[in-house]
Amino acid sequence: MSKQLLSGNEAIAQGAWEAGARVATGYPGTPSTETLENLVHHEDVYCEWSPNEKVALEVGIGSAMGGARTLVTMKHVGLNVAADPFMSVANTGVNAGLVLLVADDPSMYSSQNEQDTRNYAAFARVPCLDPSDSQEAYEFAQRAFEISESFDTPVILHETMRIAHTRTMVEATNVRREQDLLDYESQPSKYVMMPAYAVARTEVTNRREDDLVAYAETCDLNRVEMRDTKVGVIVAGALYNHVREALPDASVFKLGLSWPLPPRALADFASKVDKVYVVEEACRYFRDHVAALGVALSEPPAAPLPRSGEIFPSDIRASFGEPAPEHLPKMEGLPPRPPAFCAGCPHRLVFCELRRLKAVVTGDIGCYTLGAVAPFRAVDSVIDMGASLSMSHGMELAGVPARTGRPVVGVIGDSTFAHSGITSLLGTVYNGGKGTLVILDNRTTAMTGAQGNPVNGVTLSEQGKRISPLVDAAEKPSVLDRPAGKPLDLVALCRAIGVDEVIEADAQDLKQVRSALKQATSHEDQLSVVIFRSPCRLVERSRKAAPVIRDCRRCGTCVNIGCPALGKDETGYAVIDPTQCIGCGQCVQVCPFDCIEFE
Amino acid sequence: MPHATASAESSTVRLGERVTLDGVKTVLLVGVGGQGTILAGNILAMTASEAGLDVKVSEIHGMSQRGGSVSTIIRMGDHVDTMVCDPGCADVVVAFEAIEALRNQQFLKRGGKLFVNDETITPVPVNIGNARMPRDVSAKLDEIGAIRFDAGEIARSVGSPKSANVVLVGALSTALPFGVEEWEDAISRRVPPKTVEANLEAFRRGRAAASRA
Repeated sequence: MSKQLLSGNEAIAQGAWEAGARVATGYPGTPSTETLENLVHHEDVYCEWSPNEKVALEVGIGSAMGGARTLVTMKHVGLNVAADPFMSVANTGVNAGLVLLVADDPSMYSSQNEQDTRNYAAFARVPCLDPSDSQEAYEFAQRAFEISESFDTPVILHETMRIAHTRTMVEATNVRREQDLLDYESQPSKYVMMPAYAVARTEVTNRREDDLVAYAETCDLNRVEMRDTKVGVIVAGALYNHVREALPDASVFKLGLSWPLPPRALADFASKVDKVYVVEEACRYFRDHVAALGVALSEPPAAPLPRSGEIFPSDIRASFGEPAPEHLPKMEGLPPRPPAFCAGCPHRLVFCELRRLKAVVTGDIGCYTLGAVAPFRAVDSVIDMGASLSMSHGMELAGVPARTGRPVVGVIGDSTFAHSGITSLLGTVYNGGKGTLVILDNRTTAMTGAQGNPVNGVTLSEQGKRISPLVDAAEKPSVLDRPAGKPLDLVALCRAIGVDEVIEADAQDLKQVRSALKQATSHEDQLSVVIFRSPCRLVERSRKAAPVIRDCRRCGTCVNIGCPALGKDETGYAVIDPTQCIGCGQCVQVCPFDCIEFE
Repeated sequence: MPHATASAESSTVRLGERVTLDGVKTVLLVGVGGQGTILAGNILAMTASEAGLDVKVSEIHGMSQRGGSVSTIIRMGDHVDTMVCDPGCADVVVAFEAIEALRNQQFLKRGGKLFVNDETITPVPVNIGNARMPRDVSAKLDEIGAIRFDAGEIARSVGSPKSANVVLVGALSTALPFGVEEWEDAISRRVPPKTVEANLEAFRRGRAAASRA
């Protein structure tokens, strides 16, 4: 037994390892990413990053069907990508245990929406476990494998950012219970989801749902805590802790199994308290599903809970009319401090040029989404992974370039291109689409903390052998120069698909950036792909001395590239913060009066 | 009367001794992505858990780490429920940057401690002319009872400019009942081996600065 502070993600990795998981796949996505990054340190689990969540789940279904306990990880919106196999594997069931870790992001700290994964669980009729701290994350990860095998079903292990990224004390046995590989035999009626077989399997799923409801009624994943019977609260996940903090006297029905719900146990709880409330955040999952069971729910007496965003104990206190601690007011008028491209970020000059070109930019998901905000304001849309390239084709079909006189440019990063941009590009080529697509190849999946991906060829196993090889600048040659996996040749791929023109340019060289974009957007009868290359600052950490500013004319051009290392003094002269500057020379190139120079 | 308490208390617990807190203590570390709040949070969490306390540490990863405002919440006690910090609930706020101190002033408990690294990092919106720096930052901080000192300067003076976060841990240590040995043990295990001595010196200077201020 060992007791240690683990994040929810670390605890899930520990639990999966102890449960004998042999295979783990996933695609990086905040707040789920660290699960595989921790699991990979165990040699007896094979871990890999997939190009996307659909692939990850399909690999996972294959390995579970083949007899190996398997974990698949993704963020909430990743399950949208994997929804197709997910809805079908819900019907086929599994052989060895198959657990999907799906991490939600209420308040959208790093996401485009705050959809609640439990809706998918109910939709697919797949059991969903909801830990409320790391100890439970560790235990539920193991329980999830057991339930998966007992009921022949995939299982969702659901967490929110507040579970994933909160470290709490975990008592772990630290002993792996090795699981033999289960025998595999062909069972087409179970695994071939053609109509005749699928109809029969649905009957199996119906019976399984009944069995799971019976299990939910008595299983110890759910817990009733009777205290004062005036107030009864139904709650799951991180919010359980907030309810205990804000309403310490309330009776609580804590759901560890959030699908299926236990109708009799909930009705019994309701009969023992004067009023039943649901406390949940960012959706109405429990309210709708509990009410559908015929349990009469009350509205909080003082005010409704917020409809969106993370809920804090202060929200619960306010809703239930409990006094709030005295505190200073929130200070108004402070300058915001949003995230920004790092000093030396290779995306900066590209977005400066796209802004100058007044391009209509269909953007994508990654650090470069920040091209949408000041000072660039150069991105027109961000919808989902891969949308940039397909949406620019749609813009072309709507005649936007001709009608606005502005070039339409789809902009995507290397990892996102591998995730779901390749098929978008294929669709445009196939249908004779024209226009300009930009691939920002910074050699890594940057936003989630510099993972390997199919473009750089660095594998998760390879990263697991060291602490974080992509970030070790001292190592020469870099792991990027000799990855264990096969790096994707973007130029060859684009040519093979049938792109008319492929241009490569150095993202740190303003002249190259300018001429590449000018060339690509100048002809209307060709489909051009521009590949901007330059490694992310998380990967290439070498730095040079800061340049020197002489005879500044106070024009503000350099400052308007939004570099954190560039500012103005009280009189408007540009100044460089030497502690933040990495000597990339972007400002040297943009100064119209050649006032910034390296010495 | 200022909202925060400016007096320093000393800690007297010996290494390995189990610490009892009066209820649950909440510490909020706020700063700018890249300033080392996470390491500082790790040092505190290790010190508290080694002292036998229940500990919860909550932080936000992802997009905000790209130079945005960041915060780490550490709650500790015999039993900790919520892992978040509501307004008026932080016993100690350690601000790694002065504007972030003001941005988070509402979290400070009446009579709590506010330690501030007395430097400002200009946010990008100010640099590009979309926002202005606040006036009289120091006066505003003094008004609410902040304990201010230049952690960056102290770190540079011990020859370890990157140790400003550990200087701030030193200040924080004066507000919590853990022994110096326990803090130093956690620091030694958490920082890169070659930097242990410099970081321990940064810690001691931070303690002294907090007591002096």
